[in-house]
Amino acid sequence: MLQFILRRSVGAVVTLFLIGAATFFLFVAAPSDYASLACGKDCSPERLEDIRHALGLDLPLATQFWDFMSGIVAGRDFPDGDCPAPCLGQSFYYSENVWDLIVDRLPLTLSLTVGGIVCFLFVGLGTGMLAAYRRGTLVDKVATGASMVLSSFQIYFLGPIVLLIFVYSTGWMEDPKYVPFTQDPVGWLVGLSIPILVMSTIFTAQYTRMARSSIIEQLQEEHVRTARAKGMPRRYVFFRYAWRGAMIPIVTILGIDISALLGGGVVTELTFSLQGIGRLAVDGAVQKDLPLTMGVMLVGAFFILLMNILVDIAYAWIDPRVRLS
Amino acid sequence: MTTLTKTEDSPAPTGPESFLSVRDLKVRFSTEDGIVKAVDGLSFDVERGKTLGIVGESGSGKSVTNLTVLGLHNPLSSTVEGEILLDGQDLVTAAEKDMERLRGNKMAMIFQDPLTALSPYYTVGRQLSEPYMKHTGASKKEAKDRAVQMLEKVGIPQPRTRFDDYPHQFSGGMRQRAVIAMALMCDPELLIADEPTTALDVTVQAQILDLLRDLQQEFGSAIIFITHDLGVIANMADDLLVMYAGRAVERGTTKEVLGRPTHPYTWGLLSSMPRLDGDINEELMPIPGSPPSLLNPPSGCPFHPRCAYTDQVAGNLCADSRPTLAPGRAAACHLTAEQKQTIFIDKIQPRLR
Repeated sequence: MLQFILRRSVGAVVTLFLIGAATFFLFVAAPSDYASLACGKDCSPERLEDIRHALGLDLPLATQFWDFMSGIVAGRDFPDGDCPAPCLGQSFYYSENVWDLIVDRLPLTLSLTVGGIVCFLFVGLGTGMLAAYRRGTLVDKVATGASMVLSSFQIYFLGPIVLLIFVYSTGWMEDPKYVPFTQDPVGWLVGLSIPILVMSTIFTAQYTRMARSSIIEQLQEEHVRTARAKGMPRRYVFFRYAWRGAMIPIVTILGIDISALLGGGVVTELTFSLQGIGRLAVDGAVQKDLPLTMGVMLVGAFFILLMNILVDIAYAWIDPRVRLS
Repeated sequence: MTTLTKTEDSPAPTGPESFLSVRDLKVRFSTEDGIVKAVDGLSFDVERGKTLGIVGESGSGKSVTNLTVLGLHNPLSSTVEGEILLDGQDLVTAAEKDMERLRGNKMAMIFQDPLTALSPYYTVGRQLSEPYMKHTGASKKEAKDRAVQMLEKVGIPQPRTRFDDYPHQFSGGMRQRAVIAMALMCDPELLIADEPTTALDVTVQAQILDLLRDLQQEFGSAIIFITHDLGVIANMADDLLVMYAGRAVERGTTKEVLGRPTHPYTWGLLSSMPRLDGDINEELMPIPGSPPSLLNPPSGCPFHPRCAYTDQVAGNLCADSRPTLAPGRAAACHLTAEQKQTIFIDKIQPRLR
């Protein structure tokens, strides 16, 4: 197992390096002139030249690439200030180190992700399991119907409605805001409850349907029937035999969803005016702030790779056939 | 030739002394297209220490019948009528808790496909121990000892090490043995074997059949042996039930049914079987047509659209009225005993031997 994790981690580092290289060359090949963007409106040719020099754009490409990659590990010096490792460059738009911006925004994204996962895993999987266990009954029909409807409730549709009801007309809640968990756990929860719940709605609906269908599929497996034929109680067979197999597709999707959420839930952040990684990515793209875009992309790629490894470990834990091969 | 109609020495399908007694069993599934009559008025008996073979095409209701005996049919989509008496206890009306106490304990089932019958997620040992611990209240250690003993009995080498293996570490034959060992953990008095050897190669098949016979002698269990392999049936079963479209069409001792079959469907089954000593160029005689839809079964005798002898029955009897299966050695067919005898001697026997 340890060897497996080690091997995958090395693979992930290599992949990250390749993604870094790809982004770098994308950046060089980009049509917009990086220096003139940084220079601003009243730009003189001398100032442009200065900036080109300061940013190292007059250096050979190989040197630039080396500077960028080594900056991630060792940090760099820019004329506008230090950029300690891991240095992903400086944002023009924010005039700050990209890494600092990401670190600043990450707690919100992390909070939304963790809160969302807790919500949609508990509610979604729980409801799905219940629906599968009581298949064909009223409970199942209600759960299936509700998840069908709710899975089309997009965040930008449900969000404003919830805000309108709970914030603007009744005043029961305040506008969603981020309070660091370490400062005020209750404030953190209250401030983010609406975004988390709204964001989870669609996920909950999807996980309900997924859990229900994959458990029902597993319940038709022959080994589940064998377990029943041995006289094992229905509930035992449901949780020990059917659920075990049903977890595999769920874990797969969960890994993808978590890495997507960690890469930034743009729609949630925009809907509730929150400042997270997703917002940063949009800013980077809109402002043609290439260092920022690259930084967010690398962080997103890191989460995807991390989740892939975790999902593979989960597979090995669930299914012994994976463990040994 | 009098044996054709003799009923005295047949397995008496009446009397409370039968260990398992199925009476007028009807299993219906509701599907989107309508009601499927998977089993339609089936009766049979199995005695302790005896083996009943059930043969028939796929979809003739063999497996459904036996899943229903174990109560493993889907209660939401199916309805069960009739009586299933196991040692005097009606299983159709039994509560789920009581069924759970019987399953794997007093009655057990060996499933067809050893590759899918074991859960890939747990060790073979755990899957064997579970029912023993549940039914006998044994400790983990006692269950392990028992499981190792059973694995050894079914011929798994180094059972103590193999106990901790996962099913995918077993070969197909070993998995089937493990499945059999699992069914035998609690010394079941009724053992239902649903094509236990179909997925295996012939040498392993022979070993498994020997094993089942030995175990039956040792424990005196009643066995229901489902297969479509008549060769295996001839070896294993004392009595034989031929099923077609959810009904029994012929019944008798294995010797009687295979030696002097009296139902056109049984004739067809026997004629479509290749002979070892047959000429290479000799054509097999498949039964024309395909198994009937149970959603919309043919009127009258369900076999009449495929039957070659309907013209010998007066009027439109075959298409209009369903022939009944008399108790004892019998076949559900409108042909008279004399007609059957003539047809068998003239047309069927030459093909068989």
